[in-house]
Amino acid sequence: MSARVKWRRFVSNFMLTLTGLCALVCVSVLFLILGYLVFNGGTSINWAFFTQLPKPVGEAGGGMANAIVGSAKLLLAASLFGVPIGFLGGIYLAEFSGGAVASVVRYAADLLNGVPSIVIGIFAYSMVVLPFRHFSTFAGAFALGLMMIPITLRSTEEFLNGVPRYLREGAMALGASKWKTIASVVVPAAYRGILTAILLALARVAGETAPLLFTAFGNRYWSQGWGQPTASLPVMIFTYAVSPYEDWHRQAWAAGLVLLGLILIINILARTILSRGIAVPRS
Amino acid sequence: MATSGTTLPNAGPVTGSRSFLSRLRDGDEIARLITMVFAATVVLITLLLVYELWTNSALARAKFGLHFFVTQVWDPVIDQYGALPFMYGTLVTSAVALFIAVPLGIGAAIFLAELAPPRISDTLQFFIDLLAAVPSVIYGLLGVFIVVPLMRTVIFPGLNKPLGFLPFFKGPSYGVGFLTAGIVLAIMVIPYIISVSREVLLSVPRDQREAALALGSTRWESTWNVVVPFAKTGILGSIFLALARALGETMAVTMVIGNVPTISASLFSPGDSIASVIANQFTEATGDLYLQSLVALGLVLFLMTFILNGLARLLIVVTTQRGSGVPT
Repeated sequence: MSARVKWRRFVSNFMLTLTGLCALVCVSVLFLILGYLVFNGGTSINWAFFTQLPKPVGEAGGGMANAIVGSAKLLLAASLFGVPIGFLGGIYLAEFSGGAVASVVRYAADLLNGVPSIVIGIFAYSMVVLPFRHFSTFAGAFALGLMMIPITLRSTEEFLNGVPRYLREGAMALGASKWKTIASVVVPAAYRGILTAILLALARVAGETAPLLFTAFGNRYWSQGWGQPTASLPVMIFTYAVSPYEDWHRQAWAAGLVLLGLILIINILARTILSRGIAVPRS
Repeated sequence: MATSGTTLPNAGPVTGSRSFLSRLRDGDEIARLITMVFAATVVLITLLLVYELWTNSALARAKFGLHFFVTQVWDPVIDQYGALPFMYGTLVTSAVALFIAVPLGIGAAIFLAELAPPRISDTLQFFIDLLAAVPSVIYGLLGVFIVVPLMRTVIFPGLNKPLGFLPFFKGPSYGVGFLTAGIVLAIMVIPYIISVSREVLLSVPRDQREAALALGSTRWESTWNVVVPFAKTGILGSIFLALARALGETMAVTMVIGNVPTISASLFSPGDSIASVIANQFTEATGDLYLQSLVALGLVLFLMTFILNGLARLLIVVTTQRGSGVPT
């Protein structure tokens, strides 16, 4: 074996090891983040965190019960707004669309998906907050719902397109109309995928902070209703983390752990739903 | 089936089945129209977004015009607003982020696509996907409590002592600043680079690799001289995508950049970015011109990400299609 071949072998092995190291570093970041959060959050989390309201500024103790409920309300309202538009729009794209209209819708959805979240916040502010002259839970939910639309739309379309043609033809051959075929055969066949997509969309907006800053705003008490500002976990983490109080830092860690735990659980759940079993029985 | 099922009109009378069919057609039309309305809503919302950004920044655009982009002053007291320091901050932090994220991300993608056995590759990709799901405020939290102290105690002395003669690494350091924001951003965009690049690399036809190996090249030579050039445009697309993410990222940057509108060559200097200034000042903006200047910044950000995302999508589509277009 000549020296040149040896050298080339060495370079090859060296570079390949290097790429392996890159992958290792990138993946270990996840475990670093998780470990740090579990360590810092785990030591600061307690029962009061889930059950109590924030204490007045400077006073130690208290919890984030209002932010947890606020986040849940925001996500619920956001889903009620974003999921139907994305889902039905996706059905249109996959089943009824004709050329030009469909590509315009697709383009708009991709554009919306790429809009920075802070700009979505500005939009929600001018659409909902300004006309009502009030920061509100609705405005926050509107912003989050907007971000759910493109994800739900494109993945509904994708999963519907993945349903084999013979299922449609079978239903049609039995005399079912087109919408009946869609409602009772195509959508049920793709429901795992669509459900996954909705869950992932939910997980994504659950951690969004920027669009809530000037829509749902924040609140140190229970929100008085849908038309009133509300606290939310991500905004609380932000406010507490940049504050100068030691006890607020502790609570920011606890909130971070709760939020990340929730998001990762939804993600893992969604991905197992998708991977377990094939949505459509293969013949 | 002996029973006369209503949905089995195979032997039904012609007249009956015709009215039945037309009723069905009506149902189809209704379903089509309803879903179309929802699909059209998406287009409407997008148009409305652009319209709102445009009209709500009219005052600022009329008053400052193109000077908005070259003015350094941002002073609510004298009602004078310029975007330059924020654009500088956004660009510098994103550049730092790409400088770190691109080599690491592409290296990892090469490993995942070319080397790792499928099972390991899929498992690692799963973790990368989870990493992409971590919300930005969590990155910000870790940035504030890990990267900022690390910057003060390790990174700043480590770079300032040997490289302090360069303008980029001049002191002092407060922990927060362009470099800190760039590092946090890098960690955030790496998953995007890896996921897209891996996919593009995997779409390179198998015979390209086999041909290179058959000619006697080593594994690395076949990867670096054949596979990577083949996937070049797609990888570039993944970088554009990451850049678009980095430009628009708000929370993590806001928490570690320092929020002082400065233009300084030193990466240790605190600064500000477009997204951060909007996040910090929007709720306290009094006066129409102040608010509209912030919206104008939002418009700038929107246009930047719009162009980059479009380019990225084009590049990725071109490469993956080229991969599948070659007969295997």
